[in-house]
Amino acid sequence: MFQPPAGVSPASVSIDRRTVLRGALFGAGALSAPGLLVACGGGPGGGDTVSFGSNYSDAVPKKALAKVVNGFEKSEKKTVKVNTVDHNTFQENINRYLKGSPDDAFTWFAGFRMQFFAKQGLATDISDVWGDIGGDYAGALKQASTGEDDKQYFVPFYYYPWAVFYRKSLWQERGYEPAKNLDEFVALCKQMRSDGLTPIAFADKDGWPAMGTFDYLNMRINGFDFHMSLMRGEENWQSAAVKEVFTTWRELLPYHQKGANGRTWQEAAQSLDQKKTGMYLLGMFVGQSLPEASGAEDIDFFPFPEINPEHGQDSVEAPIDGFMISAKAKNVDGAKDLLKYLGSAKAQETYLASDPNNVATNKSADTSGYNALQQKAVQLVTGADHISQFLDRDTRPDFASTVMIPALQEFINKPDEVDGLLKSIETQKKNIFTT
Amino acid sequence: MTLPAVNRDPHGDPDRRREGSTQPAPTARPPVARRRGRRMRRFTRRDVGVLGVVVGAALLLDIGLIWGPTVASLGLSFTDWNGIGDLRWHGTENYHDLANEYPPFWRAARNNVLWLAFLGLIATPLGLFFAVLLDKQIRFSRFYQSAFYFPVVLSLAVVGFIAQLVYSRDYGALNAIIGRTDSPTDWLGNPDINIWVVMVAAAWRHVGYVMILYLAGLKAVDPALKEAAVIDGANEAQTFFQVVFPTLRPVNIIVLVITVIEALRAFDIVYAINKGRNGLELLSTLITENIVGEASRIGFGSAIAVILLAISVGFIAVYLSQVFREDGR
Repeated sequence: MFQPPAGVSPASVSIDRRTVLRGALFGAGALSAPGLLVACGGGPGGGDTVSFGSNYSDAVPKKALAKVVNGFEKSEKKTVKVNTVDHNTFQENINRYLKGSPDDAFTWFAGFRMQFFAKQGLATDISDVWGDIGGDYAGALKQASTGEDDKQYFVPFYYYPWAVFYRKSLWQERGYEPAKNLDEFVALCKQMRSDGLTPIAFADKDGWPAMGTFDYLNMRINGFDFHMSLMRGEENWQSAAVKEVFTTWRELLPYHQKGANGRTWQEAAQSLDQKKTGMYLLGMFVGQSLPEASGAEDIDFFPFPEINPEHGQDSVEAPIDGFMISAKAKNVDGAKDLLKYLGSAKAQETYLASDPNNVATNKSADTSGYNALQQKAVQLVTGADHISQFLDRDTRPDFASTVMIPALQEFINKPDEVDGLLKSIETQKKNIFTT
Repeated sequence: MTLPAVNRDPHGDPDRRREGSTQPAPTARPPVARRRGRRMRRFTRRDVGVLGVVVGAALLLDIGLIWGPTVASLGLSFTDWNGIGDLRWHGTENYHDLANEYPPFWRAARNNVLWLAFLGLIATPLGLFFAVLLDKQIRFSRFYQSAFYFPVVLSLAVVGFIAQLVYSRDYGALNAIIGRTDSPTDWLGNPDINIWVVMVAAAWRHVGYVMILYLAGLKAVDPALKEAAVIDGANEAQTFFQVVFPTLRPVNIIVLVITVIEALRAFDIVYAINKGRNGLELLSTLITENIVGEASRIGFGSAIAVILLAISVGFIAVYLSQVFREDGR
């Protein structure tokens, strides 16, 4: 029989209200409980305990980091309380986290993303830590750990460079050679196309991978300094310099896989793995998605080719992950000891032994256990004059996510309408950077 | 939503009789109006106190959880707050930037309207159509019913994942089925077509939902009405549109409300596909992108939220005025 919906008879409604009320009271009790827990959780500070907020939430990195922390606890006779939060959640809540009751030390990224919070007074100056560990780090790494006030706020842990990856066996079979400059690169693309391959794998459904292409083109055409000041909002996006980046990109676009906005980077990697595409500009993590190639150690890379001889190949995009101390830290000395330890060669070796998808930042770290790809990555980064951190780490997060992601996707859809696009970016940049 | 479910629970009845001790167990249903009048007079002081507490608590929760945040959003939309620094008055600049300098905004507004039109003009009538067909007791109607209803048990986020398996340019089922593997159609990456295929996926679920509601409504229509219409010489279409459909009015209102709500709150499916970018912008995803993520453009995002609120309030006002006019009659 069909029952009429809601409000059958007043009597039944009143009983329901009581039930609901009972439920609500119970619910309120349950809701207040986490509040109490939070209130208690704030204060393990002082003494020999260091609290440590970690975004190493995936199984492999989490386990690897636990081993490192164990080592610290043994050698320093201190206790570390690790609070692991899901990687994305940690990132999205970083503002509220640092303003609320943050842990003493926490995991974060180098570059503007670090400088932004240092400038807001949410991080502790750790220049004295750098006095101890500085000798173990290349100048570019120190630069990436330094705030706008020339003080250090960050200890680097590992990095993963971006480069043009390819399958060695395919290239040997067809006799391809890495391209050193733009002309060679275009010639290589043409060769691949006539061989029936799509020259460059390309995906931007996730919104961020195309940023890597933009960064390299800009650094190769206009140089590292221009790129960084563009990222800081100090250059005009409608300038001829920026326009050249997009017109160069437009000429290369026909060699890229079509339909990039509908493809994830994993799908693009799959096409490289299946030898349908010739090469792929991405971070070293691409290896995770090349099951066939990485099983056979059949991956290699070359640095993004030179475009303007003035800048050569002097810059490398290599995002660095590391650690900071919050401004509200209760146990600053303990946290500094922890960061000193994390910056040591020994700690990084311990970590990379369990998570070999990255490269240690400490230059005295033992590299004998590295695979060929890691070895080559070390050479690439140590040979670089400048290290960039990737667009979304080198500029304001709001500019990267709400302006640049839609803009680059728009460019991929309509590469011929560059002028209108750059005008729109410039207007939005002014709105964002003036706040 | 649990209230009606509890009402229907047959085991609830004895319980109710026991607890309502001051009230004689009703054996036959007295007319509703008379009963209500008797109850009014029977409120004791204790009842009034309890009612006061209950209504007061509800009111406080309503103000604290709904009106408070609403007013706060409205206030924040006139600032440039980033979640960290001080609040600074920004006037109507957020609204100006939104309308003139933020390209995703108009795409999102257009998509929200499209979504509403698509669900309202295509998916909902289709659901009604299926319900009418299934009500005819055709063969295998149980099977069709389950098949159409099945997607409703999936969350829209899951529908989003399924849509990606179907529509993916390189590895999707659709391009393989229609044989476009040489020059595949980029169903999800082409901003001119992706909103349509995603709405088809959303409608796939919506049709089943609407169908089951109408099916329940149709089963409750008195067959005598249809017989009378046939005797009076009405044909099939006339019987349906002039006799059956008007009696479905309560269901129509529920379906209308559900359709509008589904269109305004659409979020999960596009977020699962590409976070609501590149042609799939919706007001809800822009709010999330600006406020919840690392961007923390809380002032700007609040301005988008206020626009969505204004649209929702428009629909709610129309709906409520309808309901009140009905009650007043």
